[in-house]
Amino acid sequence: MWLIGPLAFSVPWLLLGLIVLPILWFVLRAVPPAPIKRRFPGVALLLGLQDNESQSDRTPWWLLLLRLLAVAAIIIGFAGPVLNPQTQKIGSGPLLIIADGTWADARDWPARQDRIDTMLAEASRQGRAAAVTTLTDLPEGGITFQAADIIAQGLPNLTPAPWAPDLAAIDIFTTTFDAGFDTYWLSDGLARDSRSKLLAALEAQGNVTVFQTPRQIFGLRPARFEDGQIILSATRTPTGQAATPTITAIGLDPAGVERQLATVDLTFAAGDAMAEITMTLPPELRNRITRFEITGARSAAAISLTDTLKRREVALITGREDREGLELLSPLYYLREALEPTADLIDGTLDDILLANPDVIILADVATLAGTEADDVLTWVEKGGLLLRFAGPRLAASETGRIDQDPLLPVRLRSGGRSVGGAMSWGEPKALAPFTEDSPFFGLPVPDDVTVNAQVMAQPDPTLTDRVIAQLADGTPLITRQTVGEGQVVLVHVTANAEWSTLPLSGLFIQILERLAVSTSTQLPDADDLAGSTWLPNKVLDATGRIEDGSTLPGVAGEVLATGAASATLRAGLYTGDNRQIAVNIMQTDSTLGPAIWPARIAIEGIATQRESALKGWLLATAIALLFIDVIASLAIGGRLRGPRAGAMAAFMLAFMTLGQPADAQNDDFALRATSEVVLGHVLTGNDEIDAVANAGLLGLSQTLFRRTSIEPADPLGVNIETDELAFFPFLYWPITRDQTLPSREAYAKLNRYLRGGGMILFDTRDADTSGFGTGSPEGRKLQAIARSLNIPQIEPIPADHVLTRTFYLLQDFPGRYASRDIWVEAAPISAEQADGVPFRNLNDGVTPVVIGGNDWARAWAVDDYGDRMFPVGRGQVGERQREIAYRFGVNLIMHVLTGNYKSDQVHVPALLDRLGQ
Amino acid sequence: MRTPLDLRSKAESLASTLPPLLAEAEQLAATVLLGDHGRRRAGTGDTFWQYRPAQNTDEARSIDWRRSARSDTNFVQDKEWQIAQSILLWVDQTAAMSFTSDKNLTTKGHRARTIALATAILLIRGGERVGLTGLRLPPKRGEQQLAQMATLLSEDSPQDYGAPESQGMLPHSRALFISDFLSDLQPTREALFKAADRGVRGALLQILDPQEEAFPFDGRTIFQSMTGAVQHETLKAGDLKSRYLDRLAKRKAELQQLARMTGWQFQTHHTNTAPNTALMWIYGALERRT
Repeated sequence: MWLIGPLAFSVPWLLLGLIVLPILWFVLRAVPPAPIKRRFPGVALLLGLQDNESQSDRTPWWLLLLRLLAVAAIIIGFAGPVLNPQTQKIGSGPLLIIADGTWADARDWPARQDRIDTMLAEASRQGRAAAVTTLTDLPEGGITFQAADIIAQGLPNLTPAPWAPDLAAIDIFTTTFDAGFDTYWLSDGLARDSRSKLLAALEAQGNVTVFQTPRQIFGLRPARFEDGQIILSATRTPTGQAATPTITAIGLDPAGVERQLATVDLTFAAGDAMAEITMTLPPELRNRITRFEITGARSAAAISLTDTLKRREVALITGREDREGLELLSPLYYLREALEPTADLIDGTLDDILLANPDVIILADVATLAGTEADDVLTWVEKGGLLLRFAGPRLAASETGRIDQDPLLPVRLRSGGRSVGGAMSWGEPKALAPFTEDSPFFGLPVPDDVTVNAQVMAQPDPTLTDRVIAQLADGTPLITRQTVGEGQVVLVHVTANAEWSTLPLSGLFIQILERLAVSTSTQLPDADDLAGSTWLPNKVLDATGRIEDGSTLPGVAGEVLATGAASATLRAGLYTGDNRQIAVNIMQTDSTLGPAIWPARIAIEGIATQRESALKGWLLATAIALLFIDVIASLAIGGRLRGPRAGAMAAFMLAFMTLGQPADAQNDDFALRATSEVVLGHVLTGNDEIDAVANAGLLGLSQTLFRRTSIEPADPLGVNIETDELAFFPFLYWPITRDQTLPSREAYAKLNRYLRGGGMILFDTRDADTSGFGTGSPEGRKLQAIARSLNIPQIEPIPADHVLTRTFYLLQDFPGRYASRDIWVEAAPISAEQADGVPFRNLNDGVTPVVIGGNDWARAWAVDDYGDRMFPVGRGQVGERQREIAYRFGVNLIMHVLTGNYKSDQVHVPALLDRLGQ
Repeated sequence: MRTPLDLRSKAESLASTLPPLLAEAEQLAATVLLGDHGRRRAGTGDTFWQYRPAQNTDEARSIDWRRSARSDTNFVQDKEWQIAQSILLWVDQTAAMSFTSDKNLTTKGHRARTIALATAILLIRGGERVGLTGLRLPPKRGEQQLAQMATLLSEDSPQDYGAPESQGMLPHSRALFISDFLSDLQPTREALFKAADRGVRGALLQILDPQEEAFPFDGRTIFQSMTGAVQHETLKAGDLKSRYLDRLAKRKAELQQLARMTGWQFQTHHTNTAPNTALMWIYGALERRT
């Protein structure tokens, strides 16, 4: 190593090579560029011409400089320059490596492990003892220093934990320090109370060096639900540039598969540590969400499990909605007020409601359900629905459940009900009795001011006591319940409004609804509620935010759960117990993240910036780039970039530079155009005029097909048989030119596959005016050359009963611009026989893969952009007739391609009709 | 590529676009042979020209009795004098002509042969006699002649540069020389003077490659002729451009001057232009009445 400032050279003596450069300069200057030899007949005129300047053969100075720079770069490159060389600190004594090992470390934990590994290797070389620990998983009984290579073996076991270091555990840990040691502390970059104390303890033992990355850490707070919207907020540290992490809502889809249900971009303004966004989702979707996560952040803090988003769907139905405007008297008013914040309310007719499969249906003073509705509701209850009924004047007046028990009522009712404490009755209004232990309402305080003036009465019955879950002070049932199938029917014997009792006015009303699981609470239960209960971890998070099954972990006491902070005993996750789930997240609703601040005396090193960077690769790459420029410049100076083959050279250069550019987009576009509709194709011959005519011809044919038949082709496409996919085209028109090149092997393979796959090619030699099929016209010979390698079956002149004569029009001639009858198609099988009473043979197999002729059909079909004919055909009316027949041939041909032997199959129609007895 | 058949078919297709070329006939006594285009005067021939009263010198069997029967005097039917012109072609078949700067262009030689043969076909269709100079193919008519000519034109000469062959030119015939005329001009000059001496008129068609007109070269270059026999080295080809172009222009002017002196026509044709233009020009040049 030889150092100049931040630069060091591993093989410095190679730099002596730089001395050669001036020598090279003179050598290169002396040698003129090599001449090019060019064949040029005009040399006869050049003889005797003298060059003006004899100096011009010198290599120009800038080209020399370029080359020297390239050589210098190579020399310096091989000398092994290193920027920011890692000067290893020589230490002595034991080395303690501490990693915070929290969820904030999880994202680049492998990098930290590498770092620890290199430090251990270094320590091993220096013969130092070492110890490694994470603050989240401190060794009990203090640290033991061992040989560094032994420690390194245990390194894979070192994993981050999804909780923050425990202050108390660190306190105990610091007391175990005795021998002096140096410390490397890999910090996760978050501010934490425990740091300063531990730092002081470590500094008492020896040098402390801190490694810390400046990476941004995101924390997603638990989602809140307010006013029908989900509010997501997140915090980050350190604050920096504006960032927009994507938050994904994940949950089960109806099939039970976990999916992304929604995504939203959260925008942090530059310099802001906090960001918040609201999200509105349909209740059906929202109820499915099990967690939110910041996409791509591998950290447990980037995940927020949800427990409060699931809201029950409650359907409210009343029998009396006729009194408009008297809201306070509406049977549903208090229910609505009580349920709106915590449940999704559904209105509508009972039929519609049942379709939505709500969790709860509340019938307020509905006496009877019409016809099938009762059965439907019963079925729904049996499947687990909760039917909550409130009494009222109608129920009291009706005969429902008087004699037999109505399955939709938990008890039989006595007619009339009773009224107490009113103007026309004796006694005082009745108060509630305390809830018994087997009541679901056990433990709810009974307020004194809840009184009942009127109620419907349950018929005394042996089973009645089991069904009562709340009663008045005098023992009359107030709320009765009966399970039906998997569901239950609950009757509150008073009205849902304040007419009969003050119950709906009290807080007890809401608690009763909560206990009946009609509504769910949005509040985390406080410690008192949870006291004494045990919660089982259902799903837990690891430090990287992966969800693991928590069923193997021990249950957690409710008191611990109530603290809400994730720790080694309370893993972040989802806990179940008592009919509800509670999510424990790393981030709390008010958690913030702050960057760790270290005293100025502590050396802080970033994991990334500390890397020494070897410049060798860069220098050599620069040298190669310079040499490339030199190549181009030399060619330019030597005149090789002009004249013949310069184009090829430039093309090569361009191809080299644009190497790897995708050509897929173009292919996709071609495929889309060819496949979105029926498209006729013509083979590109390389002769622009012929290709243009072929395209115009197929355009004319396409327009004719569009007008006359149900085939509605798009504009035709030229097909390069070497590069384009042929399978998209049902039909290819191939005009033969005398100078077109033969297809390559690959193209032949493609063509044969195309013909085998049912494609058709119409070969057109365009010379029917001068030569016949098989004669030695240039086009004919070219066709023979092309067809030699094609998989073409035996062919024959088109017979008069060929299916082409009747696929759409009845034709016997197939003229194009010329009216030769020399058209060849696949030969009919020898076995074909003339059927009785049918004017053609029984030929119903296959579509001819080729049609060969020379009638120059494209010119007869061709139309220009305005739809006018481009070429004359024949003369006068006869010519127009010939063109018409040419179009009809085209229509027949395309029909034949697309419908195959359908018309030929119709030979069998008489036989089929006969067999059907028609 | 340059098979006789191929050459023939290309020439046929080229020739099919023009009406038959009727070369103007001149007073060429000795070489005149019967052809089928009229001289607008009485003479030997097949088609009727006029009736004239019979002279004493006329033989009795030459009297047109049908016409004479309608009047008192005897009439003799004069035929229109029909002659055929002899046209001799010389095409440079040397190595210099096999040059092309671009594979999409034909070589100069191929272009020259195509044009020459097209001319021959037109002329033979017009009833003329066409042959090659240098006694290689005496002027004759008929399809057979075309086939032979195509065969002879398909040959390549091993020489670097060619000079017109003036041997075997019939007096007062017509001639067509096609070459690039880049080599030493002296043989051409001699051939033309010799032809002019014999009263032969004709056309010089210079065929050049576009690169020979543009000289798009730069840098240190060794220019070689097609066989490599002649070469010239330059250190900066770009500098030579203007001087080369000057020389080329001078060469053309010289040829033009030579043609004017001998009553010939001169034209330059480039291989990147359509051959029809050259053929049209030859059509005009050979038809021109001097």
